[in-house]
Amino acid sequence: MNTRSAWTRLALGVAPFALTLATTAAILMAMGENPLEAYANLIGGGFESWAKVADVAISMVPLMLASAGMLITFAAGLWNIGVEGQMVAGALLTTWVVQAIEAPSAVMLPLTILAGLAGGALWGVLIGLLRTYGRVNEIFAGLGLNYVGFALTNYLIFGPWKPPGGATMSGTEPFPRSAWMPLIGSTRASWLALLLAVVAILIVYVILRDTRWGLTLKAIGLNATAAYRMGVDTRRHVIFALMACGALAGLGGSLQTTAIYHRLIPQITGGNGYLAQLVVLLSGLRAQWVPLVVLYFSAVQVGSPRLELRMLLDSSLGGVLQGAVVLFFLLVNGFRQRVGLRDR
Amino acid sequence: MDSAIIIETVRSVVASSTPLVFAGIGELLTERSGITNLSLDGSILLAAMAGFAMAYVSGSLLLGFALAMLVGALIALVVAASSIYLYQDQVAVGLVLTLLMADVSSFVGLRYVRLPGPSVPSLSIPGLSALPWVGTALFSQNLLVYLSYLLVLGVWIWLYRTQPGLRLRSIGERPEAAFARGIPVNRMRMVYTGIGGALVGLAGASYSLCVKLGWSHNHTAGMGWIALAIVIFGGWHPFRVALGAYLFGALKSLGSLMQPVYPSVPTQVFQAAPFALMIVALLLVAGDAAAIERRLPARLAPLVRAVFQHGTPAGLGRRFEQG
Repeated sequence: MNTRSAWTRLALGVAPFALTLATTAAILMAMGENPLEAYANLIGGGFESWAKVADVAISMVPLMLASAGMLITFAAGLWNIGVEGQMVAGALLTTWVVQAIEAPSAVMLPLTILAGLAGGALWGVLIGLLRTYGRVNEIFAGLGLNYVGFALTNYLIFGPWKPPGGATMSGTEPFPRSAWMPLIGSTRASWLALLLAVVAILIVYVILRDTRWGLTLKAIGLNATAAYRMGVDTRRHVIFALMACGALAGLGGSLQTTAIYHRLIPQITGGNGYLAQLVVLLSGLRAQWVPLVVLYFSAVQVGSPRLELRMLLDSSLGGVLQGAVVLFFLLVNGFRQRVGLRDR
Repeated sequence: MDSAIIIETVRSVVASSTPLVFAGIGELLTERSGITNLSLDGSILLAAMAGFAMAYVSGSLLLGFALAMLVGALIALVVAASSIYLYQDQVAVGLVLTLLMADVSSFVGLRYVRLPGPSVPSLSIPGLSALPWVGTALFSQNLLVYLSYLLVLGVWIWLYRTQPGLRLRSIGERPEAAFARGIPVNRMRMVYTGIGGALVGLAGASYSLCVKLGWSHNHTAGMGWIALAIVIFGGWHPFRVALGAYLFGALKSLGSLMQPVYPSVPTQVFQAAPFALMIVALLLVAGDAAAIERRLPARLAPLVRAVFQHGTPAGLGRRFEQG
């Protein structure tokens, strides 16, 4: 098989999606459901009206920011499973600012953005310190702190930040209008939030392609020992990478509160930190593919609740469609490498 | 506190830690062979769901455990095969599988949420359970607990007292040397990853059919990560891994005992504690054993070595290209 012909490449590119649709269809049929009906509901749930399209657009924002951050840590060879916690930290600091300060939008919104960046960055530094000076693998440090972050959120919502009417799972009191990101017309999408996400992915693209720091991170990612012997302060750059990622993810968490929910809720990240891991893997660690992958993930995310309403299925089918594509992508890639090696 | 309460607490700690013992020992076997199976959290969830659903539908506990072990083994084999035969990163595949299997368990398991199902019966061992103190605590348990004792002991004997166990350690430490001695490194890695995965599946079913009966959304979430951390904490040694599991169970039940005593402490502290504890435990074992030894009196040296000595298999997570 010639792995370099255009047709083969197209087939191998489509294969992960085809395999995903086939396996999920098999599961659905085994459960006695009609897969076509399920897929139609998913797509309809994401795109049937302009309001839905706007929902997809805004739900792309936190995922895009988290993925942009994770591109940086991936370049440095880090498994940054702690992005959830970084998003939480951004959301918490933002909520604190909104509660502590009374100001018009022009002052409030920049402050919430800064709070999001700072909160996430601090959380990232904490993981970086555990990893470099504490010698705790970043997977465990990040994951453990995710749980700590969620417990902290719950504590604040049910404790110091509970609404006057009493604490509930629906979160804190709604933010004042001055802390709402400006919306596009009567939709739920905010142009400023979208702009921030686009700028973030562009910045990361440029950092990784054109800057000395990007090159340094890649050197650490490829061979940390070699980079260290060449005089790179690997510890410092690992902490910086986690800090930069944390800042972007924290902004994502901040926008969850100011652009989407307009309050702090218990599951404020919406799982975007874990999804970002999948996004970056599926994009082949390349920034230019991230927006397209995020579009697929967000469309599935917005479309899947309808499975519960119309077919009494669990909306986690959406998660299955997201995860399976990535798994098959990795396996197909491996298959391609194997065949390619044999050809030579 | 009188002794009856203490004995009962120890008994419940041992019982509730048993799934972690299974998962920890399973991952230990896998990692000793040189493969990291990071899919544990998702594997345990799906195995718990599949085991419960099968036992519920068929009425047979044995079939439930069998299916759970099959599920765990298959997921683990995907990790091993995609590394060995498809050149993919073990960590990447493991993390993707963790997330994917959690969603699969929620999706497929929706119909089995909060149903009353069968459970593993208790069985006191005659004679042993009459021993003073430890009798009731250790030998008035269910069958799974006894199985876990045998497993820990068996794996220790296998690793340190048998030929095949020596070969297992060699493929994890020095795959090149092992291969040169004629050991089929990659095939052995597949076998041990499969066995380890089956034990992880057993852990899942132990939750849904014994320790935390039934099935619900994200029923066992987090436990896979704890098990992975316990393997590191336990320095890849079966006794220390088992000890880590019991220690974790003890601290967790201590937390739930403390909760009513200190009502002013928010409940969230107790929810996050296991994971904060996980980080602290890893910080401890990551400590520089030699540096600590130098600062402490010489007679404490064996103790320091016992606690901090690291047994990371040298070939862990590294692909081995077989000629």
